[in-house]
Amino acid sequence: MSEAVLLSYEKSVPGRYSEVIPRLDSPSWQLPQKWRRQKPPALPELSEIDVDRHYTELAHRAYGVNCGFYPLGSCTMKYNPAINEAAAALPGFVGAHPLAPAHAVQGCRAVMEELSADLCQITGMDAFNLQPAAGAHGELLGMLCVKAYHESRGDSGRVRMLVPDSAHGTNPASAAMAGFTVVNVPSRADGCVDLDALEALMGNDVAGMMMTNPNTLGLFEKDICKISRMVHASGGLMYYDGANLNAILGEARPGDMGFDVTHVNLHKTFSTPHGGGGPGSGPVGVKQLLAPFLPVVTSAGETGKLQMKAFHGNFGILVRALTYLRALGGDHLRAVSEHAVLNANYLMKRLKEVGFTPAKDVACMHEFVLTLEEIHDRYGVSALDVAKALIDYGIHPPTMYFPMIVHEALMFEPTETETRETLDHVADILARVMEDLKANPEAMHTAPHTAVIGRPYEVKAARTPVLRWKPET
Amino acid sequence: MSQYVPHTEAETRAMLAELGLQSTDALFSDVPDSVRLHAPVAIAPGMSQMETVQAMQKLAEQNTSYRLTLRGAGCYDHFIPPLVKLITSKEEFVTAYTPYQAEMSQGILQSIFEYQTMICELTGMDVSNAGVYDGATAAAESAVMCRERKRSVTLVSACAHPDTIAVMRTYCYGTGDELRIIPEKNGRTDAEAFRAMLGDDVAGVYIQQPNFYGMLEDVDVLFADAKAAGVKCILGANPMTLAVLPSGAEVGADIMCGDVQPFGLPMAFGGPSAGYMATTAAMQRKLPGRIVGQTTDAQGRRAFVLTLQAREQHIRREKASSNICSNEAHCALTASVYATYLGRHGLQAVADQCLSKAHAFAEQLCAIPGVSLRHEGAFFHEFVTNLPVAAEKVQAALEAEGVLSGLPLAGGMLWCVTEKAGDAQLAHVAELVKEACAK
Repeated sequence: MSEAVLLSYEKSVPGRYSEVIPRLDSPSWQLPQKWRRQKPPALPELSEIDVDRHYTELAHRAYGVNCGFYPLGSCTMKYNPAINEAAAALPGFVGAHPLAPAHAVQGCRAVMEELSADLCQITGMDAFNLQPAAGAHGELLGMLCVKAYHESRGDSGRVRMLVPDSAHGTNPASAAMAGFTVVNVPSRADGCVDLDALEALMGNDVAGMMMTNPNTLGLFEKDICKISRMVHASGGLMYYDGANLNAILGEARPGDMGFDVTHVNLHKTFSTPHGGGGPGSGPVGVKQLLAPFLPVVTSAGETGKLQMKAFHGNFGILVRALTYLRALGGDHLRAVSEHAVLNANYLMKRLKEVGFTPAKDVACMHEFVLTLEEIHDRYGVSALDVAKALIDYGIHPPTMYFPMIVHEALMFEPTETETRETLDHVADILARVMEDLKANPEAMHTAPHTAVIGRPYEVKAARTPVLRWKPET
Repeated sequence: MSQYVPHTEAETRAMLAELGLQSTDALFSDVPDSVRLHAPVAIAPGMSQMETVQAMQKLAEQNTSYRLTLRGAGCYDHFIPPLVKLITSKEEFVTAYTPYQAEMSQGILQSIFEYQTMICELTGMDVSNAGVYDGATAAAESAVMCRERKRSVTLVSACAHPDTIAVMRTYCYGTGDELRIIPEKNGRTDAEAFRAMLGDDVAGVYIQQPNFYGMLEDVDVLFADAKAAGVKCILGANPMTLAVLPSGAEVGADIMCGDVQPFGLPMAFGGPSAGYMATTAAMQRKLPGRIVGQTTDAQGRRAFVLTLQAREQHIRREKASSNICSNEAHCALTASVYATYLGRHGLQAVADQCLSKAHAFAEQLCAIPGVSLRHEGAFFHEFVTNLPVAAEKVQAALEAEGVLSGLPLAGGMLWCVTEKAGDAQLAHVAELVKEACAK
C-alpha cells in the first residue's frame, strides 16, 4: 500500500484501448482544415483492468466518512445515507434534460418544490432558490439580493457589510464579490459579538451583517435578537451563514432570530456527500421582502435578473437532501441537533479530562475549539503537530488554525451520527497523543510516520509550481 | 433511536448524566426561549428507508423517459460506460472532504492532478485549476481574471449560451463591472461589430466554440484582433469537441473554460457537473479555486498538495481572487475517469461519431420540403433548422414516439446528435419530422 502509485499517464501503453464506442475507420464527415486540430490531446492509453485497478489504488489512499471518524469543524461530516445515492441514481432523474418541456419533468419540479417548502419550514423563511452550487455560492446570491433590495428602494449609499472576526473566510470574500466594503466586527472575550463595538459601527451606510449562529467557536450568540434589532433599526439586513445549522435543526430557526436571508449547506446539514470537495448545494432562503430578487428559471430558459449557474442548480444533490428529509421527517429533526450537541459536549468533556484546554470553557453547541497555546509554549508542540499525530492513529484530524481569533486552534465537530464508543475511542487516542507529546515532543514534529507520505514540502509546491504531468523527454 | 442517530435511549441518558444534565433540552440553554421551537417543524413525518425509496421512485416516474434525446443546448446525452459509475461510486471518493490533510488524501489529490493534466492536454493550455461549479460560472470567473486597473469591461458574444451570458451579467452586477454583448450575424459572432467594440477599456472577450447555435466561430481571427487591441481572450468550449477542434493554444486563447458534463456525467436535470478553467503560465496566479501541485516529502517521495493557496478566501478573506472553495471534485473525478478509460482513441471515436451522425441527420432533415439549415457554415454536433410548422408541433410528434426533439427556437429547432443515436433511429425521426411538417 505504501508503494507510490504511478500516474495514469505514466502507465499508458501506446495502442491499448477498450472498444467502448465503435471507431469510424474513415469518418464520413471531415471538418474543413482550419477547424482541425494540429496536435491531438495525449490522453492515457490503458486497458479496462488498468483503469479499474488504478482508481482502486487511489481509493485506498483516500479517507472518507465511511472509513472512520472525520471531525472537521464547520464541515459537518455526518454519515451519508445509502438511500440518498439510490434515489439520485433513479433513471427518471438522471435521464432528465434540463430544457425538456415542463410536462416531461414534473417529477423534477416536484422534488424542487417539496424541498423548497421543507427548507422554508426548517429555517423560518418565506421563499427558497435552489440554484447555488455551494455555500459560498449561496452567500454571493444572498449578498446580491441585499444589494438589489437597497437599490430598488433608491437607498444607494449602503456600501458596508459587517462581518464578525470569527466568521468563515467565505463571508468577507462573498461580500467583496458583491461589491461591499467589508467591516470587521470584533468579538468579546467570551467569543461572541461585541455589542458596543457593533453599536459604534451602525449608520446609514450599513447594508447588512453576516453571521453564523452558533458561531465558529461553537457558541450560540445569545444576543442575536438584540443584534438583529440594531441592524434593522439602522436600515440594514441580516444574513445567516447556514454552515452551522446542524446545531439548531428543529430547535430554533434563523427566520425567528431576525435573519432576512440565509443559505443552507445541503452537503453539511442535510447529509449529502462531500465528494472530496463537491458537488455541494447552497440553496438560499429569504423573507418576503427579498423574494422578488431571487433567480427565476422558467422551462424556456428565460431568467430573472440574477442567475447563479446554468439551468436549475445541482439537482442530483437536491434529490439526496429531499430523500434525507423524507426518511428523517419533522418528528426526528430535533434528534439530529440534540445528538450533535450532546456528542460535541461529551467529547469536549472527555478531552478536558485528558488535559486539553477548550478555547472557551463553557458548554458548546455542535462543535468546540481547543487551544493548544499552552502545550505549544511548554513543549513546543503545535496544533499542526497534534493533528498530524492523529493520522498515525487512523483518524482524520479536526479543522486546524480556525477560527483565527484562537491561537493554536483545533476545531472538533463530531456530528450526531457517531456512536459513544467512537467518541470514547477518540478520547483515548488523544490521551495517548498527550502522553506522546510530553514524552517525546521532537517526534511530534515529523508525524505522521505511518501514512503513505510524510509531511509534504508545501513551500516548494507553491514556489516552483508543478501543476500537471509532462513526459520526461 | 431515530433515523441515522445511533444512540440508544439508555446511551443518551448516560451521556447526559456524565455532563450533569437531566435532559437534552438543557443542551440548548443558551438559546433564548423567545426563539426556541416548541413544536416539531411542520414537514412530513419520517418514513422507513423502504417507504422513502418508494416515494422517491414515484417522483422519478413522473418524468417522461425518452428512448432518444436529440436536445443539447449545454447538456448532452452521451453513453456513460458502466466502469465510470462503478469507479466513481467508491465510497472513499464519495464521502471524503476537500483534501486538506495531504497525508491522508493522496488518492484524491492525485486524481485531481491527473484531472488537471487531462484539461491541459485537451486545451493545450499550461495550467488548469481543480474545477469550479459549472461552465457558466467558469466563464464569469474567467472574465474576472482578465480585469486590470484601467481595463474592466468584458465583451461576450451574443452567440454564447444564454445562461452563460446571464451568469456573467450576475457576477458583473456584483463587482460593478460592465458587460457588453457582441451582436450575432448569421448565427455567428459579428466580426466587424466586434472589431469596433475593442476599446482601451476592454479587459477580455468571451467566445463560445462551437457556439449556442452549434456553429464554428473563426476564433483565431477574432482573437488576433482582440490581441492587437490588448484584450485578453477567453475561449469557452465543450471538451468533447476538443478531440478534433483546435485547442485554445492553437487559436491564441489566454483562458479556456467550459463544462465537463459530456465526460461521463448524466444530464440529471442540469446538475451537478463541473466547470473547467485553464490558462497560460503567465496568468496562473490569477486562476481562482483549488489547485493541486506536486512536491516531495522529507524522504523524497512524490507528494501532492493543495497549492498556491495565497489566492484563496480562507487566507485572503475579502482580498481573495474569488470566494469559491468547492471544486466539484467528484464531477471532476468522473470526467477524468471517463477520459482516462476512453483514452485518446475512444474520445476521438465519440467525436467522430457525433460529427458524422449529426451531419448525416442534418442532410436527411434538409431533404424535407420546408426544412433547411438556418445558418451557413461548419458545425460540430448541433445545428439549427428552419421548420415550415411550429416547432412545438414537431416536438409533440417526436415525443409521441419516445423521442425528445431538438430545442424549439423561434421558427426553428436546435438539434443535437450524439453517438447514442442509431442510424435507423435517426432515419425514423426524419420520417416523423417529414410527417409533422406535411400536416
